[in-house]
Amino acid sequence: MFKPKTITDSESLWTLWRQMTRIRKIEEAIAERYSSQKMRCPVHLSIGQEGVAAGVAAALIPEDQVMSGHRSHAHYLAKGGNLPAMLAEIHGRVTGCCKGRGGSMHLIDQAAGFVGAVPIVASTIPISVGLAFADRRKNKKRVTVAFFGEAATEEGVFAESLNFAALHSLPIVFVCENNLYSVYSPMSVRQPRERSRIGIAAVHGIGVAECDGNNAQAVQSLMSEVVNYVRGGSGPAFLEFSTYRWREHCGPGFDNHIGYRTEDEAAEWLKRDPILRIEEQMEANGFGDQMRRSTIIKNINDEIASAFEHALNSPFPKTKDLMDYVYA
Amino acid sequence: MSTPDIPSSAGREMTYAEAIRDAFAVALEIDPELHLLGLGVPDPKGFFGTTSNLGHDYGFDRVLDMPCAEAGMTGVALGSALGGLPTVINHQRLDFALLGIDALCTQAAKWSYMFGGQTRLPLVIRAIIGRGWGQGPQHSQSLHSWFAHIPGLKVVMPSTPHDAKGMLIAAIEDGNPVVFLEHRWLHHLKGFVPGGHYNVPIGSARLARYGEHITIAAISYMVIEALDAAEQLAKEGVSVEVIDVRSLRPLDRDMVSNSVAKTGHLVVADGAWAAAGMAAEIITAAIETSFSSLRSAPSRVCFPDCPTPTSPALAAAFYPRSGHIVAAVRNALHMPPNASDFNIPTNVELDKPNPAFTGPF
Repeated sequence: MFKPKTITDSESLWTLWRQMTRIRKIEEAIAERYSSQKMRCPVHLSIGQEGVAAGVAAALIPEDQVMSGHRSHAHYLAKGGNLPAMLAEIHGRVTGCCKGRGGSMHLIDQAAGFVGAVPIVASTIPISVGLAFADRRKNKKRVTVAFFGEAATEEGVFAESLNFAALHSLPIVFVCENNLYSVYSPMSVRQPRERSRIGIAAVHGIGVAECDGNNAQAVQSLMSEVVNYVRGGSGPAFLEFSTYRWREHCGPGFDNHIGYRTEDEAAEWLKRDPILRIEEQMEANGFGDQMRRSTIIKNINDEIASAFEHALNSPFPKTKDLMDYVYA
Repeated sequence: MSTPDIPSSAGREMTYAEAIRDAFAVALEIDPELHLLGLGVPDPKGFFGTTSNLGHDYGFDRVLDMPCAEAGMTGVALGSALGGLPTVINHQRLDFALLGIDALCTQAAKWSYMFGGQTRLPLVIRAIIGRGWGQGPQHSQSLHSWFAHIPGLKVVMPSTPHDAKGMLIAAIEDGNPVVFLEHRWLHHLKGFVPGGHYNVPIGSARLARYGEHITIAAISYMVIEALDAAEQLAKEGVSVEVIDVRSLRPLDRDMVSNSVAKTGHLVVADGAWAAAGMAAEIITAAIETSFSSLRSAPSRVCFPDCPTPTSPALAAAFYPRSGHIVAAVRNALHMPPNASDFNIPTNVELDKPNPAFTGPF
């Protein structure tokens, strides 16, 4: 039902490349430094899944709102979430985006339109619908995006959210990242093979599409079309993007060897690296300028180093402030 | 929030249910962003008269029905409140609201704290506790102690029409998630209710009756039974102080503590199970603050430790009455027991809130 026009201009592709490269390098830096035990909270890294975050965010305007779940670093960063505040939060510092009360699983940057991420699977789906309901009642032309994984579609509130969003024709895009595993449980033990997620959404009368999530150019092209549809008042949309988590479910390492998925499967998905993919697209269009890439990478590396330094030099929350913020 | 400048109407006597409706009308008038959600909120029966005609008066887009989806809709209400619309989600039975525990206890209750105090959450979860006429195991649970356990929530259970209106307005204007619980048997009771806008502060208890010999702390409908017990005991020369614990979180520990310091005795009456419950919490507050004043062991008048039965023949055995409170007072004051305290009244039907009630809900 959506007929996206493929975005091919060089600056759009450069932006996607830079966005994904930046997310990848931030996540790799977290993984590399995790063993120093300065980041004392679970981390669910987005490496391998950057294409969805970058493509979706590129189609949004700053006023649009985003919510996410446990694997939210990429969504936060792509929406413009503050990097030093994120790293300080993961380090438990008072300069963190939650003043050290949240950690990796609770990111927020309201100024950037990142309303919040929480790790209870599917819980931000109805909350996002409520945000869209408030916008509809206030006649705001804003779009809300709910990011979640395919396992969240197994939760009851997913169906309840689709129902209410369709009933009130709310301005929300449900973005499902299907990375095939809920922790170590494959799709085959969780969902009937013949039944798609877009099928569930479609029977609610919601606009639906599926797309390769590792093709950021295609993600942005589709999302731009969908955002126009939703912002124009045509009601909600549900999009499923196929992708793959490269590292372990939770933590900095790799876990292909423990037996829940095969090295061969992982190797196949590594070939479908969203960053390599966009580099090919850029080169095919004749703008793979190596010098420009190197400059951007250097700037990203400098930014990351400085953000880690800021985090490590930031003070911890004071114990006397333990009871702050329980109530507004 | 400062007291808004709205036309003042004269106060009058009205029922608890009418007082709830009056609170909604005042709040909907003052704040055009306020929304009421809930199954049956705008329906012809008017939610036991607590929402009658509010849809007509303030718009069915602000006073709206919802899908039968309490789990998801509690999350939607949270998002709506976060998005800037003060939102009240209404449940005709507390048992129904329990489907939304994740959104309420794990999300809404933590929202301010886990995000470092950046947000306001003007969210009220309003629910009614059923009793009698066969409400049975799944239409009568009073699980206020669950909610009172959780930092980040506020929990109120007013027992008078005056407090119902003032505390509902306070809950709507609070900016934090507030669980507002009404006992079904309070709805028909009448009292004087001021007109216009006013607040009854969340966190305050109410001195329902002054006394000197013993303190009875009671919650919600049990305040009515406690006042009846006090009246009976007055005839025997016992001066009973009754505290209406209308705010469970925050709990007004000072009022309980000061009263127990004066009387030296405490009975808590709570229409709920005793184990790990609110009555235990109130007794703990008294022990922690007034241990040296206590001259007898505090005791609880609560439900027997079984689910609520449905048959009217079991109502008398399940629901404690004023006589049970009287017996607890005699025990605390070392008065001789009186078996007639446990007599089942012959002139009232114990599974009905009042003689006019003919069911079904």
